[in-house]
Amino acid sequence: MRKALHFGDAGTQHGADGRLRHLLSMEGLRDREILHILDTAESFLEIGQRVIKKTPTLRGRTIVNLFFENSTRTRSTFELAAKRLSADVLNIAVSTSSQSKGESLLDTVDNLRAMHVDGFVIRHPEAGAAHQVARHVGGEALVINAGDGQHAHPTQALLDVFTIRHYRGPMENLVVAIVGDVLHSRVARSQIYALSILGCPEIRVIGPRTLVPAELSALGVHVYHDLDAGLRGADVVCALRLQRERMEAHRLPSLDEYHRRFGLTSQRLEKAAPGALVLHPGPVNRGVEIASELADGPQSVILAQVTHGLAVRMAVLTLLAGALGGEEN
Amino acid sequence: MSTKPGWDVEPLLDAMRRSLAPWCREAETGMIGIYTGGAWIARRLHAAMGLDLPLGEVDISFYRDDFSHIGLHPQVRASHIPFDVDGRQIILVDDVCYTGRTIRAAMNEIFDYGRPARIILAVLVDRGGRELPIQPDVAALRLTPVPGEAIKLTGPEPLRLELRQIEGRP
Repeated sequence: MRKALHFGDAGTQHGADGRLRHLLSMEGLRDREILHILDTAESFLEIGQRVIKKTPTLRGRTIVNLFFENSTRTRSTFELAAKRLSADVLNIAVSTSSQSKGESLLDTVDNLRAMHVDGFVIRHPEAGAAHQVARHVGGEALVINAGDGQHAHPTQALLDVFTIRHYRGPMENLVVAIVGDVLHSRVARSQIYALSILGCPEIRVIGPRTLVPAELSALGVHVYHDLDAGLRGADVVCALRLQRERMEAHRLPSLDEYHRRFGLTSQRLEKAAPGALVLHPGPVNRGVEIASELADGPQSVILAQVTHGLAVRMAVLTLLAGALGGEEN
Repeated sequence: MSTKPGWDVEPLLDAMRRSLAPWCREAETGMIGIYTGGAWIARRLHAAMGLDLPLGEVDISFYRDDFSHIGLHPQVRASHIPFDVDGRQIILVDDVCYTGRTIRAAMNEIFDYGRPARIILAVLVDRGGRELPIQPDVAALRLTPVPGEAIKLTGPEPLRLELRQIEGRP
């Protein structure tokens, strides 16, 4: 997994004392760091079931959700995560067009720093945007990458491995298949790193040649262009959303044709291991990458992923906020 | 770290159980132990006293008042209170009562589950040094360690209570 995009992740994510200070991508994280996040998230999962779903952990802290791209699930779970930790939350949705007023990303960040905020959750269409902000703010605030271009979406990967571990135990014995538009997917990229760091012995990627980057097979990932072959014996199947808005028209003949060849249905899933788990990061294009009956069926854990996403984001915010003020602050 | 001879925990547990008995006439008294040492003590007491309600355990990491200084404890467990705390009498169990801050955090956490009718605090050791107006109702042992000494419960099997010299301190 060495060849993919790098933005100095290892150096930027950890402080001089070796503690995790920002969460920007899965690459550069150690397995014990990921496991610590997952274990902490288990505790927050319990808190989500109480009458009062709130802890005083981040009382007095201010977290900014800075979203330069649309998002429902990620933005709302980050907002709720921070609120349940008793932090104050500022939601800023910047349409890229209003950035054309001339204020750069770092200008926006500097204005917020002048308000003494403690953390930035950033989604941006450009790869490396969160890294740029993390380098800019250093140890003064925590930075979480909530999706940057086609590069990374680390909290999505964390909630996926959390969900897999929750239902199937450690990754060490599992065959995990990622199906769909891998080329445009920051989710897939982060999933592959997370699974591989946690010791998943067989990571498969299934999709049409036009949507699967060729270099993946050089990274130890098994590439399939036939859905049935790729699903055979898989314990976990992660569907990806077909990124219609990111797709140049010529990569696919038609959505119908795509569904016929790569759409997940209950029937196609029979090739996988019995009771295989089905994940999808949402939003679901019903009838395109996954059939409704499967998305709503007993093997689907799509809504559990949302619940787990909240717990995982509470864990990440808590762990990073706990490292604030430790050094150079 | 040097270790002085420890205490036998069994008679101390017995003393706690005897002192708690009058409190438990109230039907359906709940018991909650604080991770880690308090939970070990609570498991023993809960079994010995034959309480009807299942035992609760809390990890106060997210409720600590020093979170912003020291960050998160490296190992956090999920709290679990398998009964309704609302309107109920609860025995809160910890191993050592020192500054009182852990107890405050535990009570804050319990109140996020509901409003108990009464909380009784039972500890193995009261070592003084309180920084908050919190006092145990039951304490099997009262100690006043000198600066540089720490009281440590190790366990869960066997439970051992030790007075330790913290290295580098007088």
